[in-house]
Order: sequence, then C-alpha cells, then structure tokens
Amino acid sequence: MITKRIVLHFPQRLVDKPIVYKLIRDFNLEFNILKAYVTPQEEGLMVLELKGKDEDYQKGIKYLESSGVKIQPLSEDIIRNETKCTHCGVCVPICPTQALAVDLITRKVNFYDTKCIACEVCIKACPTHAMEVHF
Amino acid sequence: MKTIAEINQKIKKGEVVVVTAEEIIDLVEKKGLKKAAQEVDVVTTGTFGPMCSSGAYFNIGHSKPKIKIGGGACRLNDVPVYTGFAAMDIYLGATALPDDDPLNKVYPGEFRYGGGHVIQELLEGKDIRLEATAYGTDCYPRKKLDTYISLKDLNEAVLFNLRNCYQNYNVAVNLSDRILYTYMGVLKPNCGNANYCSAGQLSPLLNDPYYKTIGIGTRIFLGGGIGYVAWQGTQHNPNVKRKDNGVPFAPGGTLAVIGDLKQMESQWLRGTSMLGYGVTLSVGIGVPIPVLNEEIAQFCAVKDEEIYAYIIDYSQAYPQGMPGTLGEVNYKQLKSGKINLQGKEISTGALSSYSKAKEIAEELKSWIKKGDFLLSDPVAPLPGVESGYSFKPLKERLIK
Ligand code: SF4
Ligand code: SF4
Repeated sequence: MITKRIVLHFPQRLVDKPIVYKLIRDFNLEFNILKAYVTPQEEGLMVLELKGKDEDYQKGIKYLESSGVKIQPLSEDIIRNETKCTHCGVCVPICPTQALAVDLITRKVNFYDTKCIACEVCIKACPTHAMEVHF
Repeated sequence: MKTIAEINQKIKKGEVVVVTAEEIIDLVEKKGLKKAAQEVDVVTTGTFGPMCSSGAYFNIGHSKPKIKIGGGACRLNDVPVYTGFAAMDIYLGATALPDDDPLNKVYPGEFRYGGGHVIQELLEGKDIRLEATAYGTDCYPRKKLDTYISLKDLNEAVLFNLRNCYQNYNVAVNLSDRILYTYMGVLKPNCGNANYCSAGQLSPLLNDPYYKTIGIGTRIFLGGGIGYVAWQGTQHNPNVKRKDNGVPFAPGGTLAVIGDLKQMESQWLRGTSMLGYGVTLSVGIGVPIPVLNEEIAQFCAVKDEEIYAYIIDYSQAYPQGMPGTLGEVNYKQLKSGKINLQGKEISTGALSSYSKAKEIAEELKSWIKKGDFLLSDPVAPLPGVESGYSFKPLKERLIK
C-alpha cells in the first residue's frame, strides 16, 4: 500500500467531469480531497491524497493523464525570496489557498508553504518576482 | 504655536520629540489634542508603492573622442533613455521597456525588466551596459559608444520623479466576467478581489490634507537618501471632493520630488513588474510634518477608519473614462482583508506596502532624533483648494 499526495490541474473543459470518482470505481484507489479550487484562469485545481496498491496507483495516474489532467507531485517547490518581497500584499487575494496572508499586527505578508499547492498563480503576479519555483 | 526654526533648534540640541503618524493617533487619544500638540514637534509619515512617473537623469562624462548622445539614441541594458538634451545628459524613465520586449503579445505580458530595474541595479552597484549612436558633428565626431557604466562613475545621478505620493487612490474591482491585468494588479472576474494603493493613515499627503506644511522645498526621505519636494506633481488635483476632516475621497494632491540617487538604496527603489501592464519603480518616501499648532496635530491624528476611497470598476468605468463609483470604503475596512460590496464579501489586496511605509516613518524619525535631518521651510506652497488648480482631461481635436 502506498499513500501519495498530488496536485491535479484540470483544463476548463474537464472541470465538471466526474474523473476523480473513477479512481475508486476502476482502480481501487481510496482518495481524500484535501483542497479543490477553480483558479482565476478558470482552471480546476485539486489536491488529492491517494491510497492503494502501487500498481493501481500507476494505472490511475496514467488514466488521469490520458484524460487530459496535468499531474504534479505536491512538494515544497515554491519558495519566497525574502529579500525581494516588499510585503505589499497584492498576491494575497489571488492565492487560492491563503498560503499568502497578511499578519494583521505587523502588516507583513506571511507565506505558509504548507498551505501552498504550487498553483503558480503568484509567480508572475508578484511585482518584485519574489515568488520562485524550484524544481 | 511653534515655528520650524524653533523645532530645528530642538533637533540640534537633541531635545526634539518625534513620533510617527501612527503613534500620534494614540497620543492624541490618550493625552488630548492640546497636550499632544504641545509635546510633539514632528510627525513622520511614509509610503512605499509603485509610482510610474519616476525616473533619473545622468551625466555620464565625455568619452574620447567626444560623442553627442543628445539627439541620438541611447540604451542602458537595452532599455531606451531620452536623449533630447546636451551631449552627455540622459533621462531614464521607470516604465521604459527594451525594444525587443514581447510586451502584451503573449498576453498577459510579464514585463520582467525595464527602467525601474535599471535604477535598482545601478543602486546595487552593478555595471550597466550603455550603448549609444549619434550622427557625428565637427565638435563631436564619434558615432558609436558601447561601454559599461556604474553609479559611482557618473558625474550626476539624480532621481527626479514627476508624480509621486498620491494623496489617496482608487480601490480597483472588476465587474466583468474575465480576468483583468492592470496597474492595480490582477483583478479577478465578478468582483473577485478589491485592490487598493495607499498607506492610509501613514501616507504623507493624507496627514497634511490642505498642504499647510508640505510645499515646494520641503526636505524629505527619498529612496533612503535626502530629497526635496520640487513642485506639485503632475495631475495635482486639490479640488476633489473631501470629507469634513479634509481628506479627499479621490486621488488628490501629488508631489514632484528630486534627490541625489547616489545617496539612495535599492531597498527603497525597486524595479517592479505588473503582469499584463508594464514595469515601474516602487518608491519609498517619507515626509516630516512639523506640528506647528493644534490644527496640524489634528490632521496628523487622522486614522484609517476616517480615510475613505472610491471603489472603481476597472473593466469599464476606468478604461473608458466614465464617471461613477461603486461606493466608498475606508482603509480600516480595506486592511481587515475583506470588504463588502453590494452584499458580497470580497478579499482585498494592496500594492502599497504598509510595513515598508512604517519602516520609512521610523527611519526618518531616527534621522531627526539623531540630528541628521533638519526640517526646511517650504519656499512656496503647493496649489491648494482655493487656487483653482485642477486636473483636466484631454480635449481631442480633429487633425485637419
Ligand atoms: S506580491 Fe510579492 S512582494 Fe508583494 S507580498 Fe506577495 S510575495 Fe511579497
Ligand atoms: S503557488 Fe502561490 S498562489 Fe499558488 S498556492 Fe502557492 S502561494 Fe498560493
């Protein structure tokens, strides 16, 4: 048995299709939806925890990919360059998971990397390019 | 009643009492206006945000043989500068972009590098490539120049910003059903967010709403160095609607500022990229306000909940120049992270960094306390409410 966390990106045309449900029915995978959003670009985003046999997991992933879902492992690959961040707060309302949030006392913008789902919306939107993707 | 000369005496003796525009709020509440006005000599303000009408001029020194860049073409790290001056004077604007920038051809454009970034890199001590071409004259025969320059080698490097420090600003929302990329940030469809851009209670001109102390010649904190108010900024508009406390609802007064770039620091002048919009420069400014009397103390005690801004639709009203607002909201509400608009709760975002504004106000306070910074009497006032000065739209005329 393995447990994995992954981020699924659904293009707009797939957003309301019952793709994930098939993972239980056809691949015996248990899943737990940790987060689900529609981003400003109208792309669907879902963070899933999948549990099952390794072989079923591989098949499930193949199935998702073949239906047009982009898959990304959930790792902490988004970091904030602290010397570049000016704590403006323009990223706060566009981050779908509140991983970027204003501390109401200090008025600084905190980055909670455990909440980040690596959707990359902030990467180009940050005016000082403080948010960086690391592979 | 105090005078600026008296306050400067106190600064020199190390007896001056300085508080920030945030601290004065509590002080007036605790001690009352009268006592606070007597005790406090100076209130420091601050703001840090993108200010597009910014730039710097340089004199780069003569090459051998000489070249007349004036009237020719010149680029700094591929970013074009204005050359319409004498041989070696150039002006770099914050929003200038390299000729080969993809702009918005791949929408939304990223605008990763431009004038604002060149200014930041000069301050970081980096070498900047200067390429110039000229037509050649008898006295300036050279036609090409390709060299590195750096800030310390320039004769003059002067930050000269045509419009900074807006007295209040719009709150931007998007009523349309598509995402918008604006100078106010990314605006999600159907009022998905509301973005604002002012330091509110710390902002210089919101603490001196009628320009009673800030005028031409006022010495200020500019980009980490010392600068001066040179003039009213472009689009200065004292005649906007104001609340009883004098604070404008709409973008009102502005400042043109000037200062020696060589004294400044890159942490207070930052190249800034607005997705789908362009590049600019984030500028840090702090203005000291001498507490000459109770009225001025009262103005400085203004707090976020007393400063209102208009909510403007950036899908239609703003780009089409149509009048009308969607309502007004105060900075306490904006800073809470959520506002209510037409029954819907909307998250807010800011372009102006309040924490940086606070750092600037604190920094200026420490300069004054240490005796490093004296206040200056303005040599002329900024056009005020009674002046009739206003910001007019363009009257387009038919070309015959
Ligand atoms: S947009 Fe960038 S600079 Fe502004 S708070 Fe977010 S990470 Fe920091
Ligand atoms: S990548 Fe950026 S916008 Fe996306 S979740 Fe992480 S912090 Fe938020």
